Amino acid sequence: MLNYILRRALYALPILVGVNVITFVLFFVVNTPDDMARMQLGMKHVTPEAVEQWKQERGYDKPVIYNGASAGMGKLTDTIFYDKSLRLFVFDFGASDAGRDIGYDIRQRMWASLALAIPVFIIGLLTNITVALLIAFFRATYFDIIAVVTLVVLMSISGLFYIIAGQYLVGKLLHLVPISGYDDGLNAVKFVILPVLIGVIGGIGSGSRWYRSIFLEEIGKDYVRTARAKGLPESAVLFRHVLKNALIPILTGAVVVLPLLFMGSLIMESFFGIPGLGSYTIDAINTQDFAVVRSMVFLGSVLYILGLMLTDISYTLVDPRVRLN
Amino acid sequence: MSSAASIRGKGRACSAPRAVLLVAAALAGCSERPWNDPYPASDAGANIVYSSFEERPKHLDPARSYSANEVVFTGQVYEPPLQYHYLKRPYTLTPLTAEAVPTPQYLDRGGRTLPADAPDAEVAYSVYEIHIRPGIHYQPHPAFARDADGNPVYRDLSSQDLANIYSLGDFTHTGSRELVAADYVYQIKRLAHPRVHSPILGLMGEYIAGLRDYAAELASVYGEQSAAAGGGPVYLDLERYPLAGAETVDRYTYRIKVNGKYPQLLYWLAMPFFAPVPPEVDRFHSAPGMEEKNLTLDWYPVGTGPYMLTVNNPNRQMVLERNPNFHEEFYPDDGDPGDREAGLLGDAGRRLPFIDKVVFSLEKETIPYWNKFLQGYYDTSGISSDSFDQAVRMGPGGEATLTDRMKEKGISLRTAVGTSISYTGFNMIDPVIGGYGERQRLLRQAISIALDYEEFISIFTNGRGIPAQGPIPPGIFGHVEGEPGVNPYVYGWAGGGPRRRSLDEARRLLAEAGYADGVDAGTGKPLVLNLDITAGGPEDNARLEWFRKQFEKLNIQLVIRNTDYNRFQDKMRNGNAQIFMWGWNADYPDPENFLFLLYGPNGKARHNGENAANYANPEFDRLFEQMRTMADGPRRQELIDRMVDLARRDAPWIWGFHPKSFVLYHAWSSPTKPNLMANNLLKYRRIDPGLRARLRDEWNQPILWPLLLAIGLLLAAAVPATISLLRRQYRAPAAGDRAGTP
Repeated sequence: MLNYILRRALYALPILVGVNVITFVLFFVVNTPDDMARMQLGMKHVTPEAVEQWKQERGYDKPVIYNGASAGMGKLTDTIFYDKSLRLFVFDFGASDAGRDIGYDIRQRMWASLALAIPVFIIGLLTNITVALLIAFFRATYFDIIAVVTLVVLMSISGLFYIIAGQYLVGKLLHLVPISGYDDGLNAVKFVILPVLIGVIGGIGSGSRWYRSIFLEEIGKDYVRTARAKGLPESAVLFRHVLKNALIPILTGAVVVLPLLFMGSLIMESFFGIPGLGSYTIDAINTQDFAVVRSMVFLGSVLYILGLMLTDISYTLVDPRVRLN
Repeated sequence: MSSAASIRGKGRACSAPRAVLLVAAALAGCSERPWNDPYPASDAGANIVYSSFEERPKHLDPARSYSANEVVFTGQVYEPPLQYHYLKRPYTLTPLTAEAVPTPQYLDRGGRTLPADAPDAEVAYSVYEIHIRPGIHYQPHPAFARDADGNPVYRDLSSQDLANIYSLGDFTHTGSRELVAADYVYQIKRLAHPRVHSPILGLMGEYIAGLRDYAAELASVYGEQSAAAGGGPVYLDLERYPLAGAETVDRYTYRIKVNGKYPQLLYWLAMPFFAPVPPEVDRFHSAPGMEEKNLTLDWYPVGTGPYMLTVNNPNRQMVLERNPNFHEEFYPDDGDPGDREAGLLGDAGRRLPFIDKVVFSLEKETIPYWNKFLQGYYDTSGISSDSFDQAVRMGPGGEATLTDRMKEKGISLRTAVGTSISYTGFNMIDPVIGGYGERQRLLRQAISIALDYEEFISIFTNGRGIPAQGPIPPGIFGHVEGEPGVNPYVYGWAGGGPRRRSLDEARRLLAEAGYADGVDAGTGKPLVLNLDITAGGPEDNARLEWFRKQFEKLNIQLVIRNTDYNRFQDKMRNGNAQIFMWGWNADYPDPENFLFLLYGPNGKARHNGENAANYANPEFDRLFEQMRTMADGPRRQELIDRMVDLARRDAPWIWGFHPKSFVLYHAWSSPTKPNLMANNLLKYRRIDPGLRARLRDEWNQPILWPLLLAIGLLLAAAVPATISLLRRQYRAPAAGDRAGTP
């Protein structure tokens, strides 16, 4: 397995380089270094000299990807891409274009993202499995039909609606929790109850419907018939056999998103004033802070690759037939 | 009271009826406070003002900070020598740390003193000598800490010294010292520092004697020192490099020397750009390793003001607390007529500030902010379009009154016309719409009439604005009220107010311009104009459609050239836009700060200035050069009137509107007077924390019955579900199961 992990890690390198190149190209197609400088320096009384000085100070006065004026390897290394990318591979994110230490901000903000994302993930997963099992248990009944229609309705509603309706109902009308805000440590609990609840409810539609399909697919298999033929009650068939086998696609689907929980939720964090990495990324895009954008894209890529590797490993854990070679 | 209301929770003790909500109760701390209170229990009943910030401030260095969301913090911490009188209108400068508002001494080229009324041409320099009041001290800060021998405790720290330091609170020792004139001189020098990137360096380089050369000198020296240190940032000791335009006279006196006359310098002296920065603080924050930990002067302001920034977490919360070393300052005991009756002089003579602490929380969306304001968790609020109808009713005459719901809560409304303008500009170097010939002028005047800004204000700003008659907003010298102040090219005067000229008149002007019925008489082709804009959301689509319809009134086809923000800025810089929307917020309350937007040598395309329309009328420019250095008076008003008339006739802008700010205050806030120029207003605010606590408690009692009902329904549903579950345990599988298809 170690060999496999090492090999996958090496495969990841060109992917990360590719992601970086694409990020660079896309970002600089929309924003020139002059635009970035003007955004950082403000709108009033900005002189061309100040723009040039800002670029020079931050190394944005070089060509983006290819420096035709340099000799030899300098054509590739004397560029913004090389200067800004190399350090990322040792997770040295440097300073944002506004001058703040990106690594520090990420370390500060990831806890807020996790405080929201982990409960949503765990409670959501358990809820979705429970609901899906219940529907599968009552399959081919009116309950099943009503439940599926309800799930389709739930998944058709915009996430923003859940947020606004949740804040209005729970926070504004019932006064049960703060409408928005955040605090450190255990004090954070009262602030994340509502977003977690909304996150879970917002995910029930698509999650439960998907898991229901998985369960129904398993229920039609021969081993289920055998189990029933043995005289097992339906609950035992579902929980002891169907659930166990259905866990393979469920688990692998869940594991792949596990590392991405760090990245936070863009809209949820924004509406609830939770200072996580999701809102950090959105802010950086709005302020054209390329240093933060490339760091977050890189981090997201690394975490996604990590998620895929964990998925492969988890296959071997839940299905003994799978071997990593 | 309904049965529902009868089982409202009291939000007090952990009693039996709420056992099912034990967790929630535990989270609320089983306290006397409402469950939805977002603030710590320790702050309950404290003399704290709660506010918010939407995006984190970029810069808190007084030499860099220029945005409104930054000045909210720097304005309370830093003290420039002057400030605006809180109550007097028109806006009046008063001393802050200075003994008096300085009067300039004029010098000729030979350094000889000239009389106060010397002609501009003879004045080579203006010298402002500013005397600082003794006995003013800085807030506690580690940079001021000294050991028993009087040596700085934290001078020239190394990265190793900062190993366990993550915020300024991690330094054991702090100190303070008296404010001296040299601190002001040091800050003026910082404007030229190559790493500070002060946005006003270009502007001040024109006026402060020697500042431009000084910037070049510092850039060179800094480059050398940085190269010698391996290319990284280094501390540049500005005290070693004298600046001709700013010098210390004695411990409490300094002098600023300005090229020629520049009376507007006094207004700049009321901004944080000219606030004092102690050299030792700059040196402290320049130590290696500080920047990596975000411990820079750009993030930790240090001043003599009423407040100091004690929590600086721009990711979540920023807190200003009372500066224990704040000097004596008292609430003004004079104001405008009517201020006393409005209760604005109730605190006259009382020592400032009134508030102990101001908590700014990150709040990115308007809906949660508005709801929390209604719950009493924010003390003031603006009004977004989403919530406007909930809060305000507009009368037939455009007067704003609060809705009954707001009145019931004791909320009050304060409005003020902003010292700003939002306009639609014509690019005067455009071959079709620009130029100074009669044809182009009539075309622009016709469009100016057709574009109904009264309707725009009503639809898109909920009536929050007044149509502009020229570039100068109300409240600024040069603005003329009533019939004499009306733009005669767009408005007539009828029924005691301005009335927009008719569309027929606009069509007549258009025909005279050679575009009868929107067709170019020369080519026979329809007239097509372009609106260059950067727009995104659905609300922008409505606005753009409105614009299209306004031009359609004259049969002019309007093409919307929508680009992203950066491309739009490029177009403006290169002079490629045709018609555009733009705006300006006053830096200071002087007509020069608006009329310079139409000054030829300030053209954006040719001179990289703020004249976005690239308007260049030699007569206007000549008058501007005379007017800008004059003191307010009849002669200045006469010049301004002539300039405004020229601009109205040439119509480089459709004058647009002056936005009106609406601010809501809760009953526990003391009466306040909007002051759109001052940025240090927190010290005048007062609240009644007891009333706030009582009303918050009253407004936020948890309502539990829907939750209990939901739990009851779930339990009720569980019974038949369990029965059904048990029944199905041994039932034959569904047909689909046997077929093997889900």
